[in-house]
Amino acid sequence: MKRNILEAAKVIRSKNSGPYELTLDIMFKDREFYELFKKRRIINAALISRLYRVPKSDILRVVYFEPSHAVKVTLRRRIPSGAPGETDIYGAQQHAPLFDITF
Amino acid sequence: MDKPRGKTLPEFRILSTTAILGYGFPESSFRNGLRRKPHLIAADAGSTDPGPYYLGVGKSFTSRAGVKRDLRYMITEGVRRKIPVVVGSAGGSGARPHTEWCLEIIREIAREEKLHFRLGVVYADFKKETVLRAMRRGRVKPLAFVPNLTREAVLETEYIVGQMGIEPIIRLLKKKCDVVLAGRCYDPAVFAALPIMRGYNPGLALHLGKILECAAIAATPGSGSDCALGTLRQDSFILEALSPARRFTPESTAAHTLYEKTDPYHLPGPGGEIDLTGCSFTDIGGGRVEVRGSRFVPTEKYFIKLEGARPTGYRAITIAGVRDPIMIAGIDAILKSVEGQVRAMLKKEGNRGRVFFHVYGKDGVMGELEPHRDAPAHELGILIEALGRTPEEAEALLSVTRSTLLHYGYPGRISTAGNLAFPFSPSDITMGRMYEFSLYHLMELDDPDGFPSKVHVF
Repeated sequence: MKRNILEAAKVIRSKNSGPYELTLDIMFKDREFYELFKKRRIINAALISRLYRVPKSDILRVVYFEPSHAVKVTLRRRIPSGAPGETDIYGAQQHAPLFDITF
Repeated sequence: MDKPRGKTLPEFRILSTTAILGYGFPESSFRNGLRRKPHLIAADAGSTDPGPYYLGVGKSFTSRAGVKRDLRYMITEGVRRKIPVVVGSAGGSGARPHTEWCLEIIREIAREEKLHFRLGVVYADFKKETVLRAMRRGRVKPLAFVPNLTREAVLETEYIVGQMGIEPIIRLLKKKCDVVLAGRCYDPAVFAALPIMRGYNPGLALHLGKILECAAIAATPGSGSDCALGTLRQDSFILEALSPARRFTPESTAAHTLYEKTDPYHLPGPGGEIDLTGCSFTDIGGGRVEVRGSRFVPTEKYFIKLEGARPTGYRAITIAGVRDPIMIAGIDAILKSVEGQVRAMLKKEGNRGRVFFHVYGKDGVMGELEPHRDAPAHELGILIEALGRTPEEAEALLSVTRSTLLHYGYPGRISTAGNLAFPFSPSDITMGRMYEFSLYHLMELDDPDGFPSKVHVF
């Protein structure tokens, strides 16, 4: 049976990385989960593009970061921060689709 | 003082007071920091996070009282104990009006506390002609996802600032300034300038600055309103909290390296990047973390980041709730029809404003990225936003949209008295001018030290 990401992650968050990028961080509970996710590349550009329904070309980078047992995905902001039509200036509430990840 | 040859560098301690100047810090933490005899007291004041408005309009996003309170502690103790004080990205956005605003606060503190010191102020503003000339010479390039810079965007921009590096701060410190106030500045530079001037490793000094610029946010439990102490050594640096309630752990410190960054292994800044691929975070006990292996890798050409915002019109909003289940079920089609009706009505008036419906309870937070927008909600919050070229255009558009939605006869409607619950009278709020980012580009500099400065003697 597939397990939900919440079993493996202790931090799931989003934030601007400058006004044009949104960056998503998932920090794992321990090294084992980190290694598992990294080895199987569970978090990847295709997955994020599907969850956020954005083209793959909008995904700038997926980085597995060993010192924090974390994976970071940086993508294009829907619109630059504060432009007409903005809903979340800081980009701090754009992480919820990640709760749908299973492994 | 340059590094003495062949001698191990002594410890260099940096007291970072708060994550953003004006956010505050407990006096007890500040005193704990002073007891450690710091060689530098510094704080970063800036961010683009609060959006384009503050840079565009020339105002601080922190309160005057908060900034004055923080600066009073830092400058009074710094001057009395002969500890240099460095503050960067004055007034949050670091353009000339922000820098002058902060300078006036420092002037008041000097007068009120009867302090005598030398203040170096360095400005981060760039003339439009300078940027246009650089564009013509192919020396301006966009960051990821940023459109190419146009002449029009430059001309429409209110203030153009460039994030300065350590060089202008070092120049003022060498001019015997006791306090340095910088306009828009690379966050780590306020912490790294003095130690790099004294011969410490730039990679370590800048990485330490990158963490200290958020003060105790990188501790656990984290706080943006508490102090942190960084100790730079010959080949490592150490972080510690200054409140007994917090500590630094390898996890909290490394986690901070992820925060708001595109790629945690490579942190670009003026003139190069901090490379963390060989970096280690070690618990050395007592709530302290030692970091090793951070390297500064200079780029061939010296680039700085330009920022700017331009006005895009005026905004007016109204807030209302919807509780009718039939209306909630049909909300998308209803809002679309209302917008169409309003558009048709105002077309003859020449109103070219734009309307945005923020529907909380549906997709008000994530907009088109929302995957669960069709999950049933029993009530919705609707924020109607109208943008116009003039305040009148925005207000007229808002007013007509509000009244049309209030009485709109949608299919299947049985609540025929009104569609919206308004919490307030008046229902409409004028928000004034709005801005959007127009510059977020890299520009090549010939002289990293070419930022204008002035020394004031109090």
